[in-house]
This record gives sequence, C-alpha cells and structure tokens, in this order.
Amino acid sequence: MPSHAEITAFTLSLEVAAAATLVSLPLAVAIAWLLARGTFWGRQALDAVVHAPLVLPPVVIGYLLLLTFGVRGPVGSWLDRVLGIRFVFTTAGAALAAGVMSFPLMVRAIRLSIDAVDGGLEWAARTLGASRADVFRSVTLPLMLPGIVSGAIVAFAASLGEFGATITFASNIEGETRTLPLAIYSAIQSPDGDRVALRLVLLSFALAVGALWLAEVADRRVRRMLGR
Amino acid sequence: MITVDVRKRLGSFSLDAVFAAPSAGVIAVFGRSGAGKTTVINLIAGILAPDSGRISVGDTVFDDTAARVSVPPERRRVGFVFQDSRLFPHLSVEGNLRFGLTRAPAADRPLGFGPVVDVLGVGHLLGRRPQTLSAGERQRIALGRALLAQPRLLLMDEPLAALDGPRKAEILPYIERLRDQFGLPIIYVSHSLDEVVRLADHLVVVSDGRVAACGPMGDILSRLDLQPLLGRFEAGAVVDCVVAAHDDRYRLSTLVFDGGQLRVPIVERPVGEAVRVRLRARDVALALSEPTDVSITNRLPGTVAGLAVRDGMFVDVAVRLGGTTIRALISQESQDRLGLRIGLPVWALVKTVALDNRSLGWLRRTGAV
Repeated sequence: MPSHAEITAFTLSLEVAAAATLVSLPLAVAIAWLLARGTFWGRQALDAVVHAPLVLPPVVIGYLLLLTFGVRGPVGSWLDRVLGIRFVFTTAGAALAAGVMSFPLMVRAIRLSIDAVDGGLEWAARTLGASRADVFRSVTLPLMLPGIVSGAIVAFAASLGEFGATITFASNIEGETRTLPLAIYSAIQSPDGDRVALRLVLLSFALAVGALWLAEVADRRVRRMLGR
Repeated sequence: MITVDVRKRLGSFSLDAVFAAPSAGVIAVFGRSGAGKTTVINLIAGILAPDSGRISVGDTVFDDTAARVSVPPERRRVGFVFQDSRLFPHLSVEGNLRFGLTRAPAADRPLGFGPVVDVLGVGHLLGRRPQTLSAGERQRIALGRALLAQPRLLLMDEPLAALDGPRKAEILPYIERLRDQFGLPIIYVSHSLDEVVRLADHLVVVSDGRVAACGPMGDILSRLDLQPLLGRFEAGAVVDCVVAAHDDRYRLSTLVFDGGQLRVPIVERPVGEAVRVRLRARDVALALSEPTDVSITNRLPGTVAGLAVRDGMFVDVAVRLGGTTIRALISQESQDRLGLRIGLPVWALVKTVALDNRSLGWLRRTGAV
C-alpha cells in the first residue's frame, strides 16, 4: 500500500497540474489569438518570449522565475506586500512553474486551431448582425474548441511531468511542492527508497492512463458537437 | 436608390465602380470571373472597405471616405448569401436559421421564422447538422438564414455556382419565390446570363474592374455594343410576355408580347401570368418572305433595326417587332445573299424546341408587361 506521503504526492501532482492548466488557459487563448490574428509591433518578440520555455533548460526558467517572483523579486515582493501571495516554497509556486513550462505547448495547439477557423464563417456572422466580440464568442471560440481541448490536455500532461523549473523555483517540500516526479527523485536519493520509487512510478502510470482516457472522452465530445 | 461610387485596389487588381440602381426588385451584377463582381458585393456588405468613394442604400450611407463614415457590416442590415453557404458547423440547421433572427432588433422583425421555413420548404431539416445536408439544402438554409436576419437588402454572390444543373433548377424557384413574396431588393452576382435573365430587373455589367453598363434588363441586353461582354453564344434578347393559352394536346403554350406571339413548350403557369423569355440570337433565323413549308412555328414579321459584325464571320442583326427588339446571329455570307440593310422588312424564325425552360423565367404578376 502507498504511504500517506506517496498519496499526498499523487494528489498534489493532480492539484498542481489542474491549477496550472486552468489558470493559464484563458491567457493562452488570448496570446494565441494575438499571435494568430494580431498585427502589432512586437508580435515577433511576444512569440519568442512565449516559446522561451520550450527552448531554454528548465533550470534556467526556474531561476528566472525565482528572480522575478521570489520574495525579493520585483513582482514577487509586490504580490507579497499587496496581496499576501507567496510563490516560493508553495503549491502556487509549483503550479506557476508548471504553467510557465507548459504554456508554449498550449499556445501552439490553440494557435493552430485559430488558423484552422474559416474566416468566411466569421464574416458571415458579421453580416448576420454579430459584432466582433459576439463573433468571437459565438463562432470563433466554439470552432477553436478542439484546439483548446488538446492544448489543455498537452499542458496538463506536461505539468504532471514538470521537474526542473519546479525544484529550482518552488523547491522540494513534502505536501507543498513535492509532486510525483520530485517524490520519485527524492526516493531514489534515499538509501533504501527503491520500493517507494517503484510504487510512485506505478501511481504515475495510473495517473497517465486516467488522464489519457479523460482526454479521449473530451475530444470525442467536442468533435461530436462540431459534427465531425 | 442604391448608389455605388468606389475605388478599391487589391494586389494587382483595381476596381473603379460607379453605378446607381433602384432599390427594388433584383439587380444583377454580371460579368466574367475576375471582373470584380465579388469585390463590388463585398464592398456593399462591408466585408471590404473602399480606398475611396461612397456607398449608400436609400438614405443610409454605408461608406463615405470623404466624411470618414464606415458602417460596420453587422449594422448594415444586409443579408449575404455566399456561394459556399458558410453554414456554422457547430450549430444545428435551426441554430443557423435563428443566428441572425435573435440578433435583429426585436421591434423590427417583419419576417417570421415559420413563414420563411415554409417558403423554403426546410421544416423537416431543422434538427439536422449542416454537414449532413445536400448542397442544395445547404443553400436553401443559407437563404433562410440571411432572410431571417431581417435585412433591408439581400446580397447573393453566385449562390448557384457551386451546384450542378439539377440542383440549380431546384434552387432557382426558391429565389424567385422570395423575390416575389418578401419584396426585398436583391443584388445578385452571377456570371451566368441564364440565371440573370430569369431573375433580374436591372443589370449592372462589370468588366475589368469597371462598370461597362447599367440599366433595365431589356435595354442592356438589346444593346449591340455590349455583345463582346455578354458573349457571342450568350447574345440574345429578353422578351416580356403574358401566358395567353395552353394547348394540352401538343403540350405547347402561347405567349403574347408587344410585337407578336410565341409558341413554346408548355409553361406551368396560369393564363394571364407574366413570363420572361430569352431568345438567344443564335436560335433566331431570318427570311425575306414568310416561309410556310418549314417546321418552324414561330414566324414573326419585323424590320432590320441594326447590324454589327462579330468575329469577322457573323453578323448580329437587331430586328424590330412592334415594341420589342430581338436579335439574330447569322453568317456574313447569309447577310450578303439576303442583302440585309437597316429598314428592310424580314421574318424572324424561332424554333419552338429552342425555347427550353432555361430560356423561360417567371415574373411576379404585377410585372413589367
């Protein structure tokens, strides 16, 4: 039987990945929209910034997060002072690290789905009396849904596996930031942790299979809604 | 009035369109592919913005670059029927039909859901998905969706171009019905003279990004100088007739017009109804005296009103029959043999079988006759 600490790592992983995915989703839709449709100065720069976590080592991202969101960092100190939110050594910090690392994957999937939306349908909606915002809500967004779902799934999966940025930024604290990958790492480090590591690996498998099954169900539902 | 006076550059193509047409009945924008027809209709819908110029419908100004006026498409109240239907795949047929209806001002919805569904005969499709419909059904739903948005003007961009022959024949009567029943002005873009002649009252001829001619259908089609634009084999005249009698034994109908009468294959319209017939110039032959020992039934006396040489070997002859002018395309050799000149009395000969239902269109009862 898995111990209490192992169960905690399991539920914490779910919690962190879910929080990272849900919080970054609206932002990812907005950024993907800007990158796909926007014509503004600095679009290339935005594109590069969004994709940085994909090309930089996770440790670098973790360190940059520490510099920015750390208690003495410009954003972190403000958040701490004004809102009382701390990221370092907290579950929120683990979620932030996972969200930042998986963000480019999410944006890419959503952006592809925006490119696939037929602009002709949007113009048709305009001639039928829908304003730009109305068209986005009632035509573009529903047609983007397959991309949003697959973006969320990819980001959730990547968040479950996040290691480097989390351990650098949020550290490895049991019950706070010790997700499954970090727990496995800790178990391997301890002298007789092989059995613990193995049980955690099995838990990871169970989580992965469950998540994939849910993803499949969601994807099928969306496709049926779009009549594909 | 619908007045358009705009300039628009799109890559290497430039449009400079100026025309005015009454905002009633069907106005056809006719021209070859690439002439700029779709650009014109997209400008009217607000899908494109003019580089300079002015567009107004009635007393509403849609665009006026000098006054910096540009009404967004959603506030123009123009229904748009696209060539490719553009139904929303994530909505049911009913959801598509109601899309514009729910967005129209509640106090201004003269066209009800029920009547439109009935006229288009789509009641049995309401629960279906657009992807499961045939091309013809999709286009009927697109017509209904545009109508239910309660437009003041309906724009149709080659609505039949994506359909095959039988499907075209299936949709045309619906367009005629909504033209006659809902009394909306319609701007109809097409490169098919058959469709245009059947539906339209007013014709705008577009060529190479310019408006080559604009006026009532009959006037434009009988102008010899426009023939190169209308096409040699499309050339012809439009004759507004009234159904005078039906002959059930031979399955023929008699139509009368200002200048004579025509026997045509049976017309499924009641006696007294207005019908429009297109006489293609290549289907009309000429004789100097009335030939009685030929199979041709329609022999109409008239006088030569104009002559124009086509492609070096054909002659386009305008023949005046009472108040109507029709056209005959004959060879130059025949012209010389008969000695045709303006003012000469001739007989125009038209085979009954040449007048298939592609040349016949129905007009509303209060038509132009």
